[in-house]
Amino acid sequence: MTKIHYSTIDGRGLGFLALLGLFGAMILGGLGASYYMEHNGHIVTGMTNQIVWGTPHVFAVFLIVAASGALNVASIASVFGRAMYKPLGRLSGLLALTLLAGGLAVLVLDLGRPDRLIVAMTYYNFKSIFAWNIFLYVGFFGVVIVYLWFMMEHRFNRFSKQIGLFAFVWRLVLTTGTGSIFGFLVARHAYDAAIMAPMFIIMSFAFGLAIYLLVLMAAYRWTGRPLGDAVVTRLKNLLGVFVAAVLYFVMVYHLTNLYATQHHGIERFILLDGGVYTQVFWIGQILIGGIVPLLIFFTPLFGRSRFMTAVGASLVVAGGLAQVYTIIIAGQVFPMDLLPGMQVSSSFSDGQFAQYTPSLPELVLGVSGIGIALALTTFALKALPFLPDSLSDDLVDPHAASRAKAETAVEAEAAGA
Amino acid sequence: MTFSSIRRTAVLLAASAVLAAASAGAADSRGSKAARTPLPQVKITKEGEKCVEPTDIMRRRHMEFILHQRDDTMHRGIRTTRHSLKNCIDCHADPKTNSVLGEDGFCQNCHAYAAVSMDCFSCHTGKAEKQSAVSGLIPLASSADVSVRDMVMMSRLQTAEHNAQPSATGKSQ
Amino acid sequence: MSLSRREFLGAGTAAVAGTALAPGVRLIELAAARRPEDAVTAKQRWGLLIDTGKCSEGCTACVEACHEENGVTDHGKPLTDAQWIRKVEARDPQTGYAHSLPVMCLHCETPPCVDVCPTGASFRRVDGIVLVDKHICIGCRYCMMACPYKARSFIHENITDQKPDAPRGKGTVESCTLCVHKVDRGDGTTACAEACKEDGHQAIVFGDLNDSQSEIARRLKSESSVQLRADLNLNTGVRYQGL
Repeated sequence: MTKIHYSTIDGRGLGFLALLGLFGAMILGGLGASYYMEHNGHIVTGMTNQIVWGTPHVFAVFLIVAASGALNVASIASVFGRAMYKPLGRLSGLLALTLLAGGLAVLVLDLGRPDRLIVAMTYYNFKSIFAWNIFLYVGFFGVVIVYLWFMMEHRFNRFSKQIGLFAFVWRLVLTTGTGSIFGFLVARHAYDAAIMAPMFIIMSFAFGLAIYLLVLMAAYRWTGRPLGDAVVTRLKNLLGVFVAAVLYFVMVYHLTNLYATQHHGIERFILLDGGVYTQVFWIGQILIGGIVPLLIFFTPLFGRSRFMTAVGASLVVAGGLAQVYTIIIAGQVFPMDLLPGMQVSSSFSDGQFAQYTPSLPELVLGVSGIGIALALTTFALKALPFLPDSLSDDLVDPHAASRAKAETAVEAEAAGA
Repeated sequence: MTFSSIRRTAVLLAASAVLAAASAGAADSRGSKAARTPLPQVKITKEGEKCVEPTDIMRRRHMEFILHQRDDTMHRGIRTTRHSLKNCIDCHADPKTNSVLGEDGFCQNCHAYAAVSMDCFSCHTGKAEKQSAVSGLIPLASSADVSVRDMVMMSRLQTAEHNAQPSATGKSQ
Repeated sequence: MSLSRREFLGAGTAAVAGTALAPGVRLIELAAARRPEDAVTAKQRWGLLIDTGKCSEGCTACVEACHEENGVTDHGKPLTDAQWIRKVEARDPQTGYAHSLPVMCLHCETPPCVDVCPTGASFRRVDGIVLVDKHICIGCRYCMMACPYKARSFIHENITDQKPDAPRGKGTVESCTLCVHKVDRGDGTTACAEACKEDGHQAIVFGDLNDSQSEIARRLKSESSVQLRADLNLNTGVRYQGL
């Protein structure tokens, strides 16, 4: 196999500076929003005593989930020994770090007392899933940094399988932890389900890969480096499989709920008459985030179109945000059963669907998480050689062209049958 | 490393930084008559009463006392008043404002001078509890607050204070 | 007046101290009072018994008394204002039977809010009172997600003029403390129970569930009562009758 050569991006052009400027503006906006929220209290947000986690949490959870998923590309090379993914590993590790940093920053900046971060680091309740997650997240940084080091340092390349396996297991545990934040909440109808953890893992596969694909395509296009169809097509097809798997898990989750009369209320709310939440579910999560990307990825018409692949990946990201929005917000809007079987009302919104409108500061803070992740990524690409000079077909997989032909033939055959 | 030791290190570092900055500032302003920040005026409004610990100990260690008391009260329901924040406030509140906060407030004016932020009053009131005429259990509770252990501690500290007095006054000159 | 052996002994020691320090204080209060320097113990389990049959619809005496006692201010914003206790009107959709009940922190033996709190700020005192240690609360609101009774409130805005016994501050979570300052003082009641009694309903009884001689323990033993969401098996310290 041809030796892959990595290099830093040039990063002197106007485009690079404009990009950093854009991300910087997003970050400054987020810091401003956070300061505004802390100074005045959460009264200036749409969050209330009923909707205690709002839009910042949607972005934060999305980014954290995507972070662990972004590492998959590296895992496929190291753990499952697929040579074609090997040159893609460094960017995969980098995105895992930066996406996690972005997500955690948003989470911390939304705290009621972010000034007490040191308390979160020094006082622990080991029964809390949040406390486990603090260790899992911090550990993830460490593991991935070592993993990246082993991938980038020739002498340690031979250990990359072991560290890659360790990182893979770590990320599975991490996403299990993130899913369990919701899965272990016994009191709320929308949560309290063991399937939350595996569903979050499969969501992470999809969200992380979608972001990976977008960043990869953008980086190669803007730096004028060759990126062959072999890589893009392979990643695109894999993303399609993940998107289908997410839909499958969502279906199982809702079928389980639909079987139990106890959960008919929440199911009716999400699937039928929840107004905006029903729309976010069907239009955002299922249609935009699932069905349309699948059509794009697997319709021969768009098969080789880079533009359509990018559109499909973007839709997966948008649908992912819609999915996390449904889980977090709609899950809280639906009232808890204080007295099962009774109709209740009170001055504290008992028995009512909670009201929630995302406020501008929340949105700006949430988006700043994406800004942080992308700014860090852009900067790191300039600082260290993460990207191969070329990912052209002949370099990555000399047999790609012939195999692609064969695959197309098989697909056509399958379609015919 | 415990949290308190980390904090102590941080405080030491900050203090040395402040000292360095202060000496640099002094060197700069030599010759010019830049007005120095005046020392804080500590107003003791309750005459004839002693603080719960000698002054120099309180100056250095009051935060440790209330931190310790904080955890005892919060988690174990121990409500002795000797080192309680409420006791500090009740005694040191300015009679005019009934508070330890405000420009001349006992806590705030010194903390402003030392540039040390106080987190206490983001939740606790800085005002003294109104001295109500309601009798019954409350006066009993406060007198019963002085346990035997406290009395022993107090007498020990008073002796220590008495012994240390000449040198302490000498130092403060 | 009948006293158990433990109470009698406790009263005896306390009485000795009492006469030495301040004579003329009623014996029974001293018996209930713990010395300020003593830590709370698991011998007590404080709780409430709420008889919804005696609770009248529209009466909010307990709510007002609680919020007055603890300085829980009303900013006129029902969605974000803290409510340590609230009146819930419940109606059976099948039969039409309706009743009214106050709901606050139920002081579970195994509280979900304590389980999920990352810093340990949400904790259960050994005498059964569930509290938030605001000194180490970071305002993550995970406890609010976990509580099945929506007992907790987040402080959404700046607060001034707190009560000395009930510190409250922006950015932290809070809930009913079972008037812990009154319990520790030996008042033997809570603001809500007091107010309910003054109003003539006597729907709320405060007491020690572990003390077989207390009114609450005697009634819980001889009369039927339920826990809210008993299916969650949290063993609440606040129990209800007439639901």
